[in-house]
Amino acid sequence: MNAPEKKIGAPMNRVDGRQKVTGAAKYSAEYELPNMAYAVLVGSTVTKGRLSSIDTKDAERAPGVLAVITHLNAPKAPGVKPTGKDPSQPQTVGSALQVFMDDKIRFNDQPIAVVVANTLERARFAARLVRAQYAKEKHQTNLEANKANAFLPTQAKKNPKSPAADYQRGEVDAYKTGALKLEAEYVIPTEVHHPMELQAITAHWEAPDRLTLYDKTQGTMATRRDFARQWGLPEENVKVIATYVGGAFGNALHSWPHESAAIIAAKVVNRPVKLMLTREQMFTMVGYRPHTWQKIGMSATADGKITAITHESIGQTSTYEEFVEATLGQTKMMYQSPNLTTRYRLAALDVGSPIWMRGPGEATGAFALESAMDEMAFLLNIDPMEFRLRNYTDQDPEKNRPWSSKFLKECYQAGAQRVGWNKRQLKPGSLRDGEWFIGYGMGVGTFGAHRGSSKASAQLLPDGTVLLQSAVTDIGPGTGTAMTQIAADTLGLPPEKIRFEWGNSDFAQAPTQGGSAIVNTVGPAVQEVCMALKDKLRELAATSNGAFATAKKEDVSFADNHLTLAGNSTARATYADLVRQAGGKAVTVESKPSGEGQKFSMYSFSVHFAEVRVHELTGEVRVSKLISCADAGTIINEKTAGNQMKGGAVGGIGMALMEHAIIDDRFGRYVTKDLADYHVPVHADSPAIEVFFVNQPDPYVNQLGTKGIGEIATIGVAPAIANAVFNATGKRVRELPITPDKLV
Amino acid sequence: MNQFQYVRPTKPQAAIDAVAKDANARFIAGGTNLVDLMKRGVMTPQKLVDINRLDFRKIERQNNALRIGALALNSTVADDKQVRERQPLLALALNAGASPQLRNMATVGGNMLQRTRCAYFYDVTMPCNKRQPGTGCGALEGVNRMHAIFGFSDKCIAVHPSDMSVALVALDATVQVSGPKGNRSIPFADFHRLPGDTPEKDTNLEPGELITAVDVPDNPFTKHVHYQKVRERASYAFALLSVAAALDIDNGGTIKAARLAMGGVAHKPWRLTAAEQVLVGKPATEESFRQAATVAMQGAKAFKYNEYKLRLGPNAIVQALKTAAAA
Ligand SMILES: Cc1cc2nc3c(=O)[nH]c(=O)nc-3n(C[C@H](O)[C@H](O)[C@H](O)COP(=O)(O)OP(=O)(O)OC[C@H]3O[C@@H](n4cnc5c(N)ncnc54)[C@H](O)[C@@H]3O)c2cc1C
Ligand code: SF4
Repeated sequence: MNAPEKKIGAPMNRVDGRQKVTGAAKYSAEYELPNMAYAVLVGSTVTKGRLSSIDTKDAERAPGVLAVITHLNAPKAPGVKPTGKDPSQPQTVGSALQVFMDDKIRFNDQPIAVVVANTLERARFAARLVRAQYAKEKHQTNLEANKANAFLPTQAKKNPKSPAADYQRGEVDAYKTGALKLEAEYVIPTEVHHPMELQAITAHWEAPDRLTLYDKTQGTMATRRDFARQWGLPEENVKVIATYVGGAFGNALHSWPHESAAIIAAKVVNRPVKLMLTREQMFTMVGYRPHTWQKIGMSATADGKITAITHESIGQTSTYEEFVEATLGQTKMMYQSPNLTTRYRLAALDVGSPIWMRGPGEATGAFALESAMDEMAFLLNIDPMEFRLRNYTDQDPEKNRPWSSKFLKECYQAGAQRVGWNKRQLKPGSLRDGEWFIGYGMGVGTFGAHRGSSKASAQLLPDGTVLLQSAVTDIGPGTGTAMTQIAADTLGLPPEKIRFEWGNSDFAQAPTQGGSAIVNTVGPAVQEVCMALKDKLRELAATSNGAFATAKKEDVSFADNHLTLAGNSTARATYADLVRQAGGKAVTVESKPSGEGQKFSMYSFSVHFAEVRVHELTGEVRVSKLISCADAGTIINEKTAGNQMKGGAVGGIGMALMEHAIIDDRFGRYVTKDLADYHVPVHADSPAIEVFFVNQPDPYVNQLGTKGIGEIATIGVAPAIANAVFNATGKRVRELPITPDKLV
Repeated sequence: MNQFQYVRPTKPQAAIDAVAKDANARFIAGGTNLVDLMKRGVMTPQKLVDINRLDFRKIERQNNALRIGALALNSTVADDKQVRERQPLLALALNAGASPQLRNMATVGGNMLQRTRCAYFYDVTMPCNKRQPGTGCGALEGVNRMHAIFGFSDKCIAVHPSDMSVALVALDATVQVSGPKGNRSIPFADFHRLPGDTPEKDTNLEPGELITAVDVPDNPFTKHVHYQKVRERASYAFALLSVAAALDIDNGGTIKAARLAMGGVAHKPWRLTAAEQVLVGKPATEESFRQAATVAMQGAKAFKYNEYKLRLGPNAIVQALKTAAAA
């Protein structure tokens, strides 16, 4: 038999593609359980204060209603900590806001009741009949007006080494004395994840102490841990299933009040309960990218060497949780500046908590940093790519240690050539095509190449298929497909003979899908478990056939219904025998980072090049070319990785040109409440995005050489577009999104 | 959603009676606007009178006009051969609206009667004189980026969101209605109203009146037309503002006749007759278009967040006229 073709790197189709396009894939809201009930949340219509009374009588009497649950009658989960007890401890696992615990209103549309009925329509109708009275208090929802109250996060106060703490190298605010200097403020509005799939959960108490959740989550194990803790149950009594997740972008990184509400409701009515948020509720109760103000001061020498950068930021958070993200991370390590100061602050407003949104923090920070780089290049009359090259770092200036790998220059070159950077003129407004101004811009992104520990299990089935299992979720990047490819290559089996199962907390331990770390982390576990399985099978074969005892595992290969040995045509062990011998037991391994990585700074890098057209009269902006180039280590699947890059770039177009969630501060309520008001790009807004991967393995992150893609796909796109708009028009927009009203 | 009754009459008179006699009854056609409003509790009819079984779908030419049935779908009208040949401006405006899926459901009658997209109107917890007279206008001192610069009152500053209606007002269309008191025709320019003290009334339709058709008279605007819609993304968004422009230009490049109207600037589609007069007899040049745009914008007034419309408006007019002239 010929050695199977190598699968790692191949643009293989998604293993679950057919299920997804035919509708066979089942999402959290699509599980139908016997005797199911439906829950609808009622939200507060005021922004701050107390519930003085809540009248549920009409709702309770409405047809089909099984229960109306409020803070007055909700059963209290024994392990729940009250909301806001310690806002300095941001929740990485569970929700910081606990539902139905008290009468306090902390933000508009905070859940105050859940109505459970035997049909969704009846629950929705009855939800309208719940009437609340409030003792209102004055609220604050405006970031600009609250900048003066911004504070250093508690974690930074406690630990000066925290990434959120003030950072200093060289002299403080040295840019102020620079000869050539720039000072500019940048603002990004609140942006909301809005994955296609709405947040949904079906909660089922299978026994008084056994809970099963079909839940939209990025981490089955984290969700299990959270609700086991809340309800005082052993973790193995809680099962979380999230086989298919219709996009999440961060908003299912931890659990939220609606999940608790569904579990409480299921307890009260003693039936499985399904709860799906409305699009409107997706704005208010499952996080967002926080409205953030930033200021950059930068100085440089006339020949284009940066001498100092000061980068400050104030991000919005809630009153009950200090949400911290790495807004200033990229500034500390991207350019060679001898003097560098960062200050990260939070402003607590009467809003729901933010949560990481694709390219969290870094995407926000990169908008300011990469815009400022462009502004400085313009001041110096230097090409912005050349300016970046003059300040390129060959080792990490923050940690003073080498990069594990860095091929950003290669990305610059590839992108510049593809976008036609040589057409770019230093003088803005130089290029036109009829009524359209044309401009070119670039923006750089980076994100830590994180790797954690993870397990995976593997088992041979009688038909010669290998079943692999991991608790990891696949929120859309194609995790299942990448793992299948890794397993296929390691075992020497065609992908059809691999069955990788994921999205179930009963499977082998895996981290939450996020931070671009899944292939880095779960990939090695899959590879190692496949090797362990082969070894195990060889051992089992050896009990009946001595030839296997001395064989190397590389010589073992899989035939139709038996194992064979290279160089020994008579040696064979049938799958039927091996399966019987294994007794249904899977092989499980745990894979951990080696620790060698500590000596290096490990990052993925990207650069995005945009060509935009801006209409001279209407101010409309169209992105006519977008090239995304990434140094993300080894690419396991060119197709799904390319798809990740394109999706991230489209998100960047939205960030640059249209996404903007607006609160009317008089009421503390969003006036953008649906996807007709909150715009995300449609097909016509996105050109055919071109993706380039350096595809060089990183020697230190893991044995596969991967570094991660998900975040760098978005980080740097918005400034590339903003810079291109400046190049086209000479108008510098420092407050996103760049809508036509800012350009006419 | 509230509970409601649902009937599907087959005779126009039965439909009219059902609505005329019951203040809580509403016609429903494509349902693309009404059902959304019902889900949000903005409109709470107790009875829906589905008019889809009535025979108002035809598009035919009579008395030197195209008669377009009130139930003709937006997509059907936009693709209709006669419409494309005789009234291309209408086809352009229709195709600029919503998405293909919505245009396949939305009807001509429903389109003109779609309600404002003002966010305060849509949120039943907010003040809004249009939804609930006397509660105040949430937008007046609120987030009024999308709001009016012409013809508003201190009771309401909403805009009418329809693209199709901007073309129809420019083309001197007439709305045919049938009601409890018989049939009548309403010139399109008089169909929608300004808010004044009664913003709850969008149009001059009487209770129970059913739109049966819209007549678009023949005109010379078969070539030099353009519908310029400025929006925040390339498609599938309501207009920040829009301009319908139609020119009749002689061989010497002089404008013989002009039609101009704007959307997204007032409580009704906004016909710009004074600007049209500026154009007649002038050469079809950017200079003439600028002059017309200046006249068109006279009397415009902005609020806190829609001041850009004062700059965007004249630019969009010039752009629409330039594109129309070049067509
Ligand atoms: C997401 C979204 C985006 C959109 N974008 C745009 C856009 O960009 N531009 C645009 O112009 N429109 C847009 N629309 C609006 C769309 O054009 C309207 O919803 C549609 O035209 C309404 O037609 P309908 O037949 O569905 O009306 P319905 O919803 O059935 O009815 C609307 C109203 O008209 C009344 N009515 C209907 N027919 C008659 C009749 N014959 N006589 C008397 N009364 C009648 C009904 O009682 C109801 O009050 C958008 C809609 C959505 C949902
Ligand atoms: S502008 Fe009109 S529709 Fe909007 S809030 Fe004011 S009254 Fe209501």
